[in-house]
Amino acid sequence: MLEVKNLSMRFGGLLAVDQVSVDVQEHEIVSIIGPNGAGKTTVFNCISGFYKPTGGQILFEGQPIQGKPDYKISRMGMVRTFQHVRLFGNMTVVENLLVAQHRHVNTNLLAGLLKTPDYRARERRSLDRARYWLDRVGLLELANREAGNLAYGQQRRLEIARCMVTEPKLLMLDEPAAGLNPAETRELDQLIVSLKEDYHVSVLLIEHDMSLVMGISDRINVISQGRPLASGRPDEIRQNDDVIKAYLGEA
Amino acid sequence: MAPENIKHALFCAVITLVIAYPILGLNLVASGAVVSLEGADTTTVLAIVVAAVVVFLFQLFRDSIMTRLGTMARLNPLSGREPMPQSKRAKLESWLLTGLVVLALFWPFFVSRGSVDLATLVLIYVMLALGLNVVVGLAGLLDLGYVAFYAVGAYTFAMLSQYTGMSFWMALPIGACLAALFGLVLGFPVLRLRGDYLAIVTLGFGEIIRILLNNWTNLTGGPNGIGGIPEPTLFGMEFGRRIKEEGNTSFHETLGIAYASEHKVIFLYLIALVLAVITALVIRRFMRMPVGRAWEALREDEIAARSLGLSRTAVKLSAFTIGAFFAGFAGTVFASKQGFISPESFVFLESAIILAIVVLGGMGSQIGVILAAIAVTILPELAREFSDYRMLVFGAAMVLMMVWRPQGLLPMRRIHIELKDQG
Repeated sequence: MLEVKNLSMRFGGLLAVDQVSVDVQEHEIVSIIGPNGAGKTTVFNCISGFYKPTGGQILFEGQPIQGKPDYKISRMGMVRTFQHVRLFGNMTVVENLLVAQHRHVNTNLLAGLLKTPDYRARERRSLDRARYWLDRVGLLELANREAGNLAYGQQRRLEIARCMVTEPKLLMLDEPAAGLNPAETRELDQLIVSLKEDYHVSVLLIEHDMSLVMGISDRINVISQGRPLASGRPDEIRQNDDVIKAYLGEA
Repeated sequence: MAPENIKHALFCAVITLVIAYPILGLNLVASGAVVSLEGADTTTVLAIVVAAVVVFLFQLFRDSIMTRLGTMARLNPLSGREPMPQSKRAKLESWLLTGLVVLALFWPFFVSRGSVDLATLVLIYVMLALGLNVVVGLAGLLDLGYVAFYAVGAYTFAMLSQYTGMSFWMALPIGACLAALFGLVLGFPVLRLRGDYLAIVTLGFGEIIRILLNNWTNLTGGPNGIGGIPEPTLFGMEFGRRIKEEGNTSFHETLGIAYASEHKVIFLYLIALVLAVITALVIRRFMRMPVGRAWEALREDEIAARSLGLSRTAVKLSAFTIGAFFAGFAGTVFASKQGFISPESFVFLESAIILAIVVLGGMGSQIGVILAAIAVTILPELAREFSDYRMLVFGAAMVLMMVWRPQGLLPMRRIHIELKDQG
């Protein structure tokens, strides 16, 4: 589904990402892990179109997407969350979900001004979808609160819901567990697995929480200092000497 | 009292003296061909000293004065009340607004000509402020050259009527659309800009339009402006004493009533009212539509908006275009009301006033912006008694306003969306 081949990203003299390859098959959770500053988020930014990679190839469902504008990539069915939650803070929770669905709504100005039946039906459907996902992530009670006033864990869940209402094929989560307490992390764990099992979404995950990563990933890619270090199933990674060295430092 | 407070207060007092004394305390006296400098009389000097002392004292106790000012707003008896349930409040609001519009429809028949004229001006500012509210309040794009679109609307009508004899009703949509086109054109180069940079470019754009109007003498009449702009007609009925254009009839003769100059003023007022209501309703609809939510999303977080598939280009351009469209509306009405326009009417100060209205009213809040438009237009008129000091009073009112309610008169409230249970 997603295939990243020999991706490189150079910022002036700094080679932040060097020949990294990642691939995600359908119905799969793939993780990218690595020490801080390894270039994981840079890889994400390249895939989602925020950066224009300086080398390599990115294919989504067989189509090259490197260098495409970010919003076009997202419209192809690849949506992401951010390391630091990026919600529309002054808008309500429902509005956050409605913004995300603008593609599904009739965006014709006249249709909206005149409230044509087609416009109403689509608006209805997007409200239903918003309601469904709010219920799913347990935020239904807070639907009309301002998103910026939610607790941190709730904001994280809202961000995932906001991605899901766009009905993506691939969901990219950038450290979704950062700042969550153990109970919230467990909930998140179940949510991500359910996204894969029940909603048939592939997930590309960046995470530091090892129990989360090891528990739910089908495959793991390890990056260190911008270079690929290892990749494989969780149990293979757990026993890989290079990975242990990179994480714990050489003795 | 902290010593730095005293230092700061002394500094402010000295600055006051340094600025005020040469300006007020020295007079240029011309005796024949020679101009000599003389000191002003003692009362003026005394006043300057008193002013410096007042500044010193104010700066010295500024913290406590400001906190006291801040708490005064809490004396508001309504502030502690329980908020009404959402649905009830929305219903009450719409009734209240409908009532106000109906009242505004009949009001001009009972008041003086001058008040109706002023009210027309207020309505023009309401349109302008509502339009700018889309750009600044909703989309978060600081536009300091908004008056340019107002000028485009006004000049379009003025020139069309001068060169082709086009009537108000034909020119209204053309003026608005042309202004919208200018909005689109301005939108392209500023797509990548944000905040301060955007403000500077829009400011420059506003000046370009004004200077162009000032210097393109053979088309726009330059600083002399364009006069003789026709008033709107009502189904071919003119409101003047004599008919200017062939084929038209006159209003008072057709209806068989005596000629009165008020008819014209009231008619213009009613047109402005209808257009202002249309502006408000259309923008209100936009705010509840995907496009309005996209504007706000872009203001809140551009990166997140793009990651969800919103095209920055489309969203920004639509905000600029729609904002400019309503400025064009207002411009056409203004040209028709004045009968004469010149670049003088479209200086930067106008942009600043419209922006002040939006900020005072509460960014994004329609009712707030309308209230502020009324206040900002009428206040200087009411303060006429203060003659020379009225701008001072106006400025002081603004400062106090920002101390008390930095969020604006009526801050924007989120729209409550009821999620129905699925069977």
